[in-house]
Amino acid sequence: MTRRFASRAVWVGVVAGLAVWHMSLVGLVDSFQNRPILTDILSLGETLPLAGIVIAGAWAARPLLAGGLGRPTPAQALMAGAIAGAATGAMLAVLSFFILVLKPNGMLIHATPKLVNDLRFFQDAALGTLVQVGGGLLLGTAAASLNLVQRVARRALVWGVLLVLLFGIMNTFVTQILRNLPLKWLSTFLYRGDGLTIPGAVLLFAVTAALVAGWMLRGTQVRAGYAALPNASRQTTKIAAFILLAALILILPQILGVFLSDVITNVGLFVLLGLGLNIVVGFAGLLDLGYVAFYALGIYSIAVLTSPASPAFHPQLNFWLAVPIVMVIGGVTGIIIGAPVLRLRGDYLAIVTLGFGEIARIIFLSDWMTPYVGGAQGIQQIPAPTINLLGLALEFRKPQDIYYPILVACILAALAAWSFQRSRVGRAWTAMREDETVAEATGVNTTVYKLMAFSMGATFGAVAGAFYAAKIGVVFPQNLDILISINALALIILGGMGSITGVIVGAFMLVGLPGLLREFAEYQLLIFGAVLVAMMLFRPEGLIPNRSRRAELHEEEGESGPEGADGGGGPGEQPPGDRQPHPMEKPASGLALEAVAVSTRLGDRS
Amino acid sequence: MRMVRRLLGIHEHLSFVDLVLALLRVAVVIFAVVGIWATIQRGSFTLGDWGTFILAGLSLGSVYALLALGYTLVYGILFMINFAHGDVFMTGAFTAYFAANAMAKSGFLAQNELLSFIIVLLVSSGVAALVAVVLERVAYRPLRNAPRLVPLITAIGASLFLENTFRGLYGAGVKAYPTWTMFQGSIRLGDVEISYSRIVVVAGAVAMMLGLWWFVEHTRTGRAMRAVSENKDVAAMMGIDVDRVILTTFAIGGLLAGAAGILYTLLFNQVNYFMGFVPGIKAFTAAVLGGIGNIVGAMLGGLMLGILEAVGPYLLLDGFGIPSVNQLKDVVAFLVLVLVLIFRPSGILGRKENT
Amino acid sequence: MTGAQMSSPAPALDDILVASKVTMRFGGLVANKDVDFAIPRRGIVSLIGPNGAGKTTFFNQLTGMLEPTSGDIAFNGSSLVGLTPHEIVELGVARTFQNIRLFGDMTTLENVMVGRHVRMHAHWWNSVLRTPHTRIEETATRDRARELLDIVGLPHRYEEEWARNLPYGDQRRLEIARALASDPKLLLLDEPTAGMNPAETGRTTELISQLREQLGLSILLIEHDMKVVMGVSERITVLDYGEKIAEGDPEEIRANPRVIEAYLGKQATSA
Repeated sequence: MTRRFASRAVWVGVVAGLAVWHMSLVGLVDSFQNRPILTDILSLGETLPLAGIVIAGAWAARPLLAGGLGRPTPAQALMAGAIAGAATGAMLAVLSFFILVLKPNGMLIHATPKLVNDLRFFQDAALGTLVQVGGGLLLGTAAASLNLVQRVARRALVWGVLLVLLFGIMNTFVTQILRNLPLKWLSTFLYRGDGLTIPGAVLLFAVTAALVAGWMLRGTQVRAGYAALPNASRQTTKIAAFILLAALILILPQILGVFLSDVITNVGLFVLLGLGLNIVVGFAGLLDLGYVAFYALGIYSIAVLTSPASPAFHPQLNFWLAVPIVMVIGGVTGIIIGAPVLRLRGDYLAIVTLGFGEIARIIFLSDWMTPYVGGAQGIQQIPAPTINLLGLALEFRKPQDIYYPILVACILAALAAWSFQRSRVGRAWTAMREDETVAEATGVNTTVYKLMAFSMGATFGAVAGAFYAAKIGVVFPQNLDILISINALALIILGGMGSITGVIVGAFMLVGLPGLLREFAEYQLLIFGAVLVAMMLFRPEGLIPNRSRRAELHEEEGESGPEGADGGGGPGEQPPGDRQPHPMEKPASGLALEAVAVSTRLGDRS
Repeated sequence: MRMVRRLLGIHEHLSFVDLVLALLRVAVVIFAVVGIWATIQRGSFTLGDWGTFILAGLSLGSVYALLALGYTLVYGILFMINFAHGDVFMTGAFTAYFAANAMAKSGFLAQNELLSFIIVLLVSSGVAALVAVVLERVAYRPLRNAPRLVPLITAIGASLFLENTFRGLYGAGVKAYPTWTMFQGSIRLGDVEISYSRIVVVAGAVAMMLGLWWFVEHTRTGRAMRAVSENKDVAAMMGIDVDRVILTTFAIGGLLAGAAGILYTLLFNQVNYFMGFVPGIKAFTAAVLGGIGNIVGAMLGGLMLGILEAVGPYLLLDGFGIPSVNQLKDVVAFLVLVLVLIFRPSGILGRKENT
Repeated sequence: MTGAQMSSPAPALDDILVASKVTMRFGGLVANKDVDFAIPRRGIVSLIGPNGAGKTTFFNQLTGMLEPTSGDIAFNGSSLVGLTPHEIVELGVARTFQNIRLFGDMTTLENVMVGRHVRMHAHWWNSVLRTPHTRIEETATRDRARELLDIVGLPHRYEEEWARNLPYGDQRRLEIARALASDPKLLLLDEPTAGMNPAETGRTTELISQLREQLGLSILLIEHDMKVVMGVSERITVLDYGEKIAEGDPEEIRANPRVIEAYLGKQATSA
């Protein structure tokens, strides 16, 4: 038994080491160096190998099989952690030597002595290697010991660390928000220079850990207490919470400042895109990889309709008048594009739509279309949307201003999607997605509903494009490539296909984060790719799944998951099958470090 | 009347979709005929020009054919589109770049060109095969029974991951590839100049395709592969290790893709992290064109697509007076993709789909 | 004796469905050959035959999932050939499936509500705007769905349960409820008692008669369970190798030597 743990620990350590090799050679370690977490002590760059060691150690100490069988004794767990950690550390040492001896930095651009310095935690060769292996051993053991601790403590610890990391990374933004609030004293306490101060980090850690522990221990009671309240007071609490949230959303741009508002508006645009694609993919089950074509259509339509610089014709319409026209153009195009591809099967549909998207992009960019759409120069001087109200001319161009029209558009779009979902149309789409033949045999005109889905999705995409053009003021075709479609798809998958809240969460994570952090932006696609694969392997229903999909997953997870084994404790998860998952329920530990590999059927569809 | 109906693809009762498809067919045919006629009238190109186009198409088409084989082999067994295959190709090309450069720096290359080339070929194919196998094991195998969209999305994710890994490793710019002096020069055939590298590419590709054909027809593993692609479950019952066969299929596909990578660099002398995306899609087009699941189809499809893409923009579009027609090469390829999938998804040699 | 020599009862004026010389060819394989078939209004008719006789293929042609190679199918006087399945549902024909095909991602109630799709009028514009008319329609549909659950005997506590969680017998009932939701005039049941124990089978048989009484439906069954067939059918048609070999009331069929031969003479295909 011990031997099995040992050998698995070595394997885990090597794999973790390979992952760290990857992150180092690709340049993540180097570029994350610029992101300090604890000023002068720890930066995000070092966190990567450390995280590798910690995860290796924790993973190695898990039971041998799913379902809690083959549990290690404390001694075995610690040993496993130690071995895994040391193995990862050894991998670090090996890489360091490789780089120094073979000198491949002519071709592998990040394999530099500087990297070696980072990996050795700024020590010289001898001490550095000792730190790598020895430190790995110790840290791995510590990580393994986490598995032995009470669940509450473990959770609290992990969340505490995560939040410290988060606040460290978000330094500039938190300080800015605090200053705008104004809570300047807090920001000086927490931060010094570019990273957290030690007292600040300790405070954050303590507060988070306490909150998490508190919730885990008392959470069910709080909920019970809330449920026991008379209906009237519950209503008032709900209304109060709603008002508070609404107020926050309305004044957000003022708190955030220019840069952050810009990021939020981008998030908003992708929420629109995501909601549209969600209709096509999540509701109707049609994978459209060429979605960017509708976005491009919206951008160019608005440009042509409103800009005086539009080459071929320039009606110079008012923005608000042009938007409905763009919506119609989008809807009709959706039908035209959808009609030929209706009969295609899932993956072929995806590729064909991809083809359409690429064709559209190349044509927009080509010399042939330059007389109409400006070719590589694009179309400029797109006027900002304006409203003339009571003699006041309100112009929406600055990020903090265009926020509001985009917000309104998002709200309307979300409401529309929500209405669709619970209507006859939504049911028809779900039926079609599940089993097309049976849906048809039950009375659903699949042709019409597929076209409807395409058309709706196209409309949303076109609107998003219109607002983008209005926000930026110019359009170029260079950016209109498949990566936008993939971005939209990724955020739907991350958030949860078919789930409206999921789209919003996904947009914040996949558009907001890269917008905030330049380092993330540079490695954005790498992270996307990893996220897509990971999500499909471990959590295909997304972070905030559509109600029924999550129920299905929990059926299989049953008692063997981290939730079930300890009973109560967490946000009350009862054994499945007895009750209905409430739509407002918080999802299971999607964000916690302890990922559970469960089987990933999305349903017995052949 | 029946013939006309069948040509236009109309069933007994017209539905909206049938109408649209019929119109589309008619439009495409008219467009092609008018375009070709107009181009010939215009006479902007000499016979020598056309010859050059066709040759270019043949050599690039051979590369597509090799890649298409990978797609078709995997699809034949797993019914999934290995979106990341183009990036396996890129991996092969980059490994070749790495190896060739290393040898060039040390001077080895200059001294033993042939040997270096062989080493590069072996190493890159091997690495590409390895990547393909790891991909299967880690990303695809766990999802074998999931609904079709799931592996497709995984493949997209894997593709992104691979592309950007290499971007991180080697940088985003285009990397120049060392030239093999032994492939310099060309011969002349009438008006047309044929470079040695093109000949090597075509010859190499054909050799590999023949090798594959022989392998699939005459070896035990090849038979097993064919059995698994016919019916996975029955093959398993016959005692064939299906997982192993699938691994082998991916490995072979990877080998071919890696080799294709090197051949590609012979034609274009450069590598770049994004180089696999478009050729990947085109190779898939070629596979579908020839009939997905069919090996000979993939080879034919590749060559055909290469020629269509090289000749098409000039033949079809010049007649309309469209400027800079060569920009639209990819459009022609994608159009072929779209039209084949819409109108004849079983391809030229394909078997009827049994979903 | 071939089908041509079979004397089929001349289609009476009160037949709700008349199939004439329906033939289905898949390449070289003939799945149905010159089948003449009529269902009397408000009648309960069964279609039986050994496995592979072409019963489900025939069903699929009645519901528009396949188009007959030749022959015609007339429902209430108008031809069904070439219509899409959903158009046929609109006309008033509904079906269940041999292996249960419910919509797993929906609740029991939603499954039935989808069944009502063709009788609802909410389109995308009123769905988005949630007009009062649409909301009234939704409520009415929900109520009707509840009624149907009562009719087939599914308890109310199942309403919000995921369809895939229901026990097997109840899933079959749900399929029937879903089919009934479109207010059909003709109900096609494909092996409704497959996999059921005798008690459930009895309940289902009763349900079938009730449906005819309460809702005035005409019903066509495919069945293998002879007790059900004999017990509930007014007329039985027998197919073998794609052709009709016998037709008549249960007594006649039970005694028909050809039928007996078709079943017993083929060892591998016992029901």
